This record gives sequence, C-alpha cells and structure tokens, in this order.
Amino acid sequence: MAYIKDKGGCSRIMQTYLVRKFKDKFAYAVCLACVIVAVIPLGSILFEVTKNGLPALNMEFFIEGPRAIGEPGGGIANSIQGTLILIGLTSLIGVPIGILSGIYLAEFGNNKFGKIVRLTNNILAQFPSIVIGIFAYLTIVLLIGSFSPLAGAIALAIIMIPIITRTTEESLKLVPNTLREASMALGIRRWRTIMSIVLVSAKNGVVTGIMLSISRIAGETAPLIMTILGSQWFFSGLTEPMDALTLRIWRLALLPYDYAHTTGWGAALVLIIIVLSLNILARILTRSKFVLRGV
Amino acid sequence: MIGMNKELLSVSSKERVNQTYKIETENLNAWFGTKQALKDINIKIRANSITAIIGPSGCGKSTLIRCLNRMHELVPSAKVSGKVFLDGVDIYSKNVDPVIVRRRVGMVFQKPNPFPTMSIYDNVAAGLKLNGIRDRKRLDEIVRKSLEQAWLWDEVKDDLDKPGASLSGGQQQRLCIARALAVEPEVLLLDEPTSALDPIAASKIEQLIVSLKRDYTIVIVTHNMQQAARVSDYTAFLYLGRLIEYDVTAKIFSNPREELTENYIAGRFG
Repeated sequence: MAYIKDKGGCSRIMQTYLVRKFKDKFAYAVCLACVIVAVIPLGSILFEVTKNGLPALNMEFFIEGPRAIGEPGGGIANSIQGTLILIGLTSLIGVPIGILSGIYLAEFGNNKFGKIVRLTNNILAQFPSIVIGIFAYLTIVLLIGSFSPLAGAIALAIIMIPIITRTTEESLKLVPNTLREASMALGIRRWRTIMSIVLVSAKNGVVTGIMLSISRIAGETAPLIMTILGSQWFFSGLTEPMDALTLRIWRLALLPYDYAHTTGWGAALVLIIIVLSLNILARILTRSKFVLRGV
Repeated sequence: MIGMNKELLSVSSKERVNQTYKIETENLNAWFGTKQALKDINIKIRANSITAIIGPSGCGKSTLIRCLNRMHELVPSAKVSGKVFLDGVDIYSKNVDPVIVRRRVGMVFQKPNPFPTMSIYDNVAAGLKLNGIRDRKRLDEIVRKSLEQAWLWDEVKDDLDKPGASLSGGQQQRLCIARALAVEPEVLLLDEPTSALDPIAASKIEQLIVSLKRDYTIVIVTHNMQQAARVSDYTAFLYLGRLIEYDVTAKIFSNPREELTENYIAGRFG
C-alpha cells in the first residue's frame, strides 16, 4: 500500500479512479441497452405471429390443401410439403458444393485463384435474390419449359452455396495448425487429415453455417415466384409448378378476406416452427461427444 | 539421476561396438521464402541413440528436425535442397512418398496437441485408424502397448473413453508420444517436448525418452542444456543455420572444440 502514501501520484490515481469506474459501468449499460433494442423487434414479431397464427392451426390446416379462392377452410399442407421439398433439394445440391468449396478455400486456397473465388463468392452472397430468380428463370425454367421445384432448388442453392462456403472456410481456419501437423506427422494423408481431424474439429461452425443458410432460403420468396410459381396442388413432379409457404403467405396477404389473413399468419407461424425445429434437430444430431476446450 | 546416467553410459558403450547411421544428411539447406534457415548441414545420426540439437532461438533447430520427416515442406513458401538418407535411401528423391517417410519418422511437438475431438484411446489409435486399420483386437493391443511404452497406461487404463484433452499437460505430452509410437516408427523426433511442462512432468518425460532409446532412434531439440547433457548421447550445436559442432555429449559439454560452442554452453550468449 506504499503507493497510497505517495501524494503526487496517488491523488491523481484517486481522481481518475472514479471517472474510470463510471466509464466502465457506463459502457456496460450501453451494451445492455443495445441488446434490449435489438431484442424488442424479434420478440414482438414472434409475439404477433404466434398471437395471430395460433387460431388458424387445426388438423385440417395441416393435412389439406387450399380451397377455391374466397371459400374459407382448407389448409396449407401442400405449401408445407413444397417448402420441405425445396429445403431438401436445395441442401442436396448446396451443402456438398458449399462445404467442399469451403474446404478448398481454407486448405488449398492460398493463391490467386483462391482469392478470385473468395471475392466472387462474397459478391454472390450479397446478390439480390430476385436477380438469382430471374437467372434461374432464363436458364432452367425456359430450358425445361415449365416452372419447377428443380429450378427453385437451383436458384436457392445459388443463394445457399456462398453462405456455406464462407462459414466453412472461416470455421476451418479457426482450427489450429498444430492439429493438422500432428495428423500429418502420423503419416495420415492430407485428405484424411482434413476430413477426420480438421472438419470434425470445426463441425460446430460448419453446422451453424448450414443452418443459417437453410433459414435464409426457407424465407426466400422472390426467386420462387420466378421458378416454382406457386400452386393449389400438392407436389406433382420435379418439372411441375409447386407451392411453398412463403409464396402462400404472400398470395394470402394479397387477398381481401379475413380468413385468408388468418391462414397467412398460421402459415408464417408454421414456417418459423419448421426452421426452428430443423435448427434444434441439427444441433442434437451433431452434438460433440466432448466439449472442445482450449484447443 | 545417477542411476539414469549409468544406464545411459552402459547403453551407449554397447552401441559403440556396432554403430550404424540411421539418418545422414548431405548438404542440407532449407529456406522460408528467401530467408535461409539451414546452411549445408552434414550430420550423421546413429541408430538407437539420443541426439540432442542445441542452439540459440532461431538457429534452425526445429527446421532441421522438420527436414528429417519432410514436415518442413508443409509450410507455405518453405524450400529444401540437399539429401537426407534414412537407412541409406534419400527421402527427398522423387519416388519417395512423404507420407510413408512420416510413418517411419514420428514426431512430438513442443506443445502437447492431442486431437480435441477424440478420446484417449482414439488419440493413440488415430494414426492406425485413419490409415484404414479397423481390426479392434489389433488396435486394442497396439494402444495398450503404446501407452505402456509412454508410461501412461497405469494412469489412464480405466479412462480410455475420456477426452484426451482432459489429461494434465504432462500426461497429454505422454499421450502424444504414445500416439507417435502407435504407428511403429523407427525414428522419433522431439521438438522441445518439455518446454511447455512443469519440472516434474518434464523430468518424467526425460526419463521416458531415455527408456525409449532401446527401440528407437531419437533426435531431441532442446533449449535446456542441462536436459541435453542429461539425456543425450550425442549433441549437435547449431548457430545461425550452421552446424558448428557435433560430438559425443560428454565431450561437447566438457571440452568443446569450438569457442562458439563453449561460449554458448557457458551461457555467454543465448
């Protein structure tokens, strides 16, 4: 406690002590306030959707397709089916391509080509989705000659791939190099090292990226107008128009009937529940045997 | 400590009757980008001996041993020239697969680096499993043998399913030694294996290293001159990428030929 006796230095420290203490508390309060501001819209959206959507939910809602326009009743089963098919098809195309290109960029992409790919990928990730929809329309829809889930899935995969590529690359880069070296020093080949050591260690980040991209594509509407069009019917083939929850919500919102708006809220609630449950499911399925610590 | 030195002396005198060179380098040069890290290294390492590599920071100690199992070339922009003979075969010749070299020349790193997603068992078995060996009985046997060789079996035999990262630092390093031994290498390279450990854990690893000499050729990089004096049969002194002196350890520490070596050992620079 010798420094307290030291008059010159000590009084100076004590003067600024209160200021510094206040600054510390103030910074914490600002952070907390911002979090609250950020959470309010999220909470109120969830509240509104649940409040307005819950009354629409009943058995018929989940097992039947829509009735004729203007006639109340019916359900959104065909839209739920369409959204699930789209998520599945899109993931089938987008997840492998996204992960493998992420691996390329993280493990082999330290060159000019890698730089160009990274830049292009980042631009693609920012692309307006309607433009991607038009692209899919001009290529796949016109080629097949029909609106189709295939065209929808390809358009959504174009949105999905850059997200997964980027998150995979970032996650792999966080894996310490010492693990790669440990593995290579055991005479394990590069590819095995990447798949069994690096990718496994980065699993959480990669899964988060996939989930993020699925949430993103499940909520897309614009590219679907140009590709799957929407439909009153259930899935009837990879080259026929199909419905999706977002399209259904959009069309219902345009109708002048109260029942339609209620159904729309219900569809929105279902969409949120689907995305949320996929997230939880993925977390459970890929849960690590061990908690990673201080790698 | 006295007992250990006795054992060390008796083994090395036995070795001297039938000395063979396990590793020989010929004009070995290594670069990082344009910076030359090793300059014309010629060194002959005897089988079943412990060779210590000492020298100040940045003198190329680690680079030298990383050239002995072709790990150096994994660093982007790294380059090697010259020859390294393992049992008379140049490991840098075109038809040699570096992966096979690394299986014969194992390596333990400065910081213990067990695979964080794997159990103790899987850490030891990793080198075999990821090379396609699935026979559970054989794996069990090798895991046990490797852990015994690394003096870790008694401490972990009931916890083989626990994560490797849950062990203490010294245990983790012995786990890494067991992991390296499991692929049955002939040479073991140790890159400052005790510098991240407390003195007790370090001393245990030192004794372990001496015990491994019977079956393996060992090259150890160390910052700690007492450690080099305690464990090694031969010592190489590196300075600014050059091999300044290489001789029997006792001679290096008692009566070095070069003034530079003497100054370094006396602690006049470091």
